[in-house]
Amino acid sequence: MTSGGLKVIKPGPLTLLQDLGRFGYQHLGLSPGGAADEHAFRWANRLLGNDPNAPALEVTLGGVCLLVERPLQIALTGADQQANVNGRPINPWCTHTLAEGDRLQFGFSNSGVRAYLAVRGGFDVAPCFGSVATVTREKMGGLDGSGAPLKEGDVLPCPDTRAVFGRTVPSRFIPDYRKPVTLRLMISERRGWFSAAALERLYRTAYRLSSRSDRMGARLEGETVASRVKGIVSEPIPFGAVQVPPDGLPIVLLKDRQTIGGYPKIGTVHPLDAFALAQCQPGGTVRFAPATLEECQRE
Amino acid sequence: MTSWVVETLGPDAVMVRFGEVITPALVPIIRAATDLLRETLGEGVRDLVPSYTTLMVSFDPLAHSVNEMTGRVNALLQTLDEQQLGDAGEQIEIPVWYDPVVGPDLKRVARYHQLSVDEVIARHCVVDYHVFAIGFAPGFAYLGETPEALATPRLDTPRAKVPVGSVALADRQTAVYPIATPGGWNLIGRTPMTMFDRSRPQLCPVATGDRVRFVPISRAEFLARGGRFEQGDVV
Repeated sequence: MTSGGLKVIKPGPLTLLQDLGRFGYQHLGLSPGGAADEHAFRWANRLLGNDPNAPALEVTLGGVCLLVERPLQIALTGADQQANVNGRPINPWCTHTLAEGDRLQFGFSNSGVRAYLAVRGGFDVAPCFGSVATVTREKMGGLDGSGAPLKEGDVLPCPDTRAVFGRTVPSRFIPDYRKPVTLRLMISERRGWFSAAALERLYRTAYRLSSRSDRMGARLEGETVASRVKGIVSEPIPFGAVQVPPDGLPIVLLKDRQTIGGYPKIGTVHPLDAFALAQCQPGGTVRFAPATLEECQRE
Repeated sequence: MTSWVVETLGPDAVMVRFGEVITPALVPIIRAATDLLRETLGEGVRDLVPSYTTLMVSFDPLAHSVNEMTGRVNALLQTLDEQQLGDAGEQIEIPVWYDPVVGPDLKRVARYHQLSVDEVIARHCVVDYHVFAIGFAPGFAYLGETPEALATPRLDTPRAKVPVGSVALADRQTAVYPIATPGGWNLIGRTPMTMFDRSRPQLCPVATGDRVRFVPISRAEFLARGGRFEQGDVV
């Protein structure tokens, strides 16, 4: 039974309901979407003993204030946004117990970009085309299926479940988002699209993450690695694909990527590295390193 | 005789490549391959995404390995019966207001091909296009092929926002943007038709395998049919 949960007092700049994504509709052009940093998202649910796909909040940059309407157990992972309960700071990467009337507030990210807030049992929200994943561009998913970010006055329904023992993520699984990001790259089998010189340039360049990046793609600024071809026959795009438009600046395609595209792709980055990239702040340093499929499958 | 290769895209996806160039002959083959794999691959497969010459199989990497998936896809495609490939498809008309106000690349496309704007429009309207794939955005139908005389490269840098209903060209492809999204195609006009409607059971007015023809309409007709634009909503 559901009665109330978390009421949104301040929604912050971009706070989205997410799960692992909307599968089975890419042939109609629906983006899979889902938590931008699946590593942090999965840990939030795991700490609470939830289903791995249970709906949770992705808080971009912070700025959220939530009123607790009933006793709740939550888990907080991802970016450190200096969260507090009634002004008392609480740590990320662990569970917390909240009482009715508590105010859960987020400051702003001092490292990382996206924090994840899960509740025990997962938010009780009806899926839209099989998923609550919010894809704002497509007006898909979210609290009412309209793809809207959270807004003031929204109430996130929480299920009535028993709490689990308090838990913390082991420190070796907690990333340091201030470190430069290294993207392990599996080179595309379509080698003819890029010259050896372009590839060499890609590996030796320290790219900066552009402020024009979003959940669709991480845009990189630095040395250009233009393809030998301007466009290709449009083809489907996997998670982490690195596409290069004719301006030569690589774009790493993330969860809200388009399903099909016609820019040549230089390869695919390791999913875990693509999750880390989603936590990189604009201006952060990003590098590429060669990798094999075996390395990418191991983790 | 159908031939293909299965390429590795990453730990969670492989791509079947049936050819190198756009041809209507591949449309029924890829549709049949998609149906076959959808019926037989089973659990752990997340999406089957067909396009002009390719079919992506994306799967849960915790449930399948790339090598196992590649082997199964190859084995299943051997059983594809080419005798049973159909060639159905409806004929659909899409009304378009061609004008620089809503088609900011129309004049540049004309200059690029040393044609008048009216000649560009006439050439765009004269063809029955195949729906090769739906993708990129909900209801975005890839239509081909445009006449050689309209083949235009994509923009060097994609626009941050293309308005809904924009009719566009890229290489020998044409399409309608069903929602506002970033995009790198050349915009030549706009349609009042809704290309993705989640309240309708079939979602999209066109399906892979259909034929499409564009019909020029006036600004007044565009507005009368519910088309929308604002001066300078696209640059």
